[in-house]
Amino acid sequence: MSGVPLAAYLALGLFMFMTGVVGVVIRRSPIVIFMCIELMLNAVNLTFLAFARYQFSPMVAGNSFKEGQSAMAGQMMVIFVMAVAAAEVAVGLGIIMAIFRLRDNIDIDEMNLLKG
Amino acid sequence: MLNLFAAAAAPKMAGFAITGELPFFAALAGLAMLSAVGVVAFNNAVRSALCLVLNFFVLAGIYFTLNAEMMGITQVVVYTGAIMVLFLFVIMLLNLSAPALLQDKNDPKTAVGMTLGMVMFTLVALQVLPGLMSKTEPGAVDGYGSPVNVGRALFTGFVIPFEAVSILLLIGIVGSILLAKRRF
Repeated sequence: MSGVPLAAYLALGLFMFMTGVVGVVIRRSPIVIFMCIELMLNAVNLTFLAFARYQFSPMVAGNSFKEGQSAMAGQMMVIFVMAVAAAEVAVGLGIIMAIFRLRDNIDIDEMNLLKG
Repeated sequence: MLNLFAAAAAPKMAGFAITGELPFFAALAGLAMLSAVGVVAFNNAVRSALCLVLNFFVLAGIYFTLNAEMMGITQVVVYTGAIMVLFLFVIMLLNLSAPALLQDKNDPKTAVGMTLGMVMFTLVALQVLPGLMSKTEPGAVDGYGSPVNVGRALFTGFVIPFEAVSILLLIGIVGSILLAKRRF
């Protein structure tokens, strides 16, 4: 079977993660920075699922309960990452709205109140 | 419960069996990479958001090629259906189309960020990928990503994290309503 190698999925995930990192560093709009964070979370999800498919010790039907659970662990992590991302986006966009109401300007470089 | 996968009876993913799997993945991956770059490169926030929607759709397709059907469906429903709608709502509410707000200055941050990203990519790729080059054989059982198996695992072995996440989501709902209602 000539499938896609695991390294291809990992390289794609790595590329998306690094694009997200670069976007967080170079962009100034907080909305776009949030989108880049979503990009990074999705890259991690892709890596989790790739490892879940290409797991190194194959789980056959009839194995013990623990092994069956560990075979599903990657997908479970993806579900939890998605839930955390949803909560994070709701709260983060609420914060952005609140700041926008307060200052009428959401340039991330001008939010330096914590600078000291 | 002993045989988690015995009751799966999930139909095997017909289609890209032996030939055409790699070109299909390459097309999807190229589209995903292009749209990921578009998220960062576009100056207009709406265009960035639409690129992200495309990226999420393509990722859902890649999840399907990984035989994780449930995750692909969840990706479409949660990310493109809920999260991106929220993003677009906020972009429209904030009226971010004022170009002065989104125009990046020609500051050294761009070059530094790109260099940093490329260096990190090279470092991590050199560390991780060479050892895994020979791994082409999927180890997972057929139907490991079907809704039956995902739901069964979620409600048996992973039920405590599941409940914790539900509490987190409830707190997120309450917190975002509080943030939206409060007068600062």
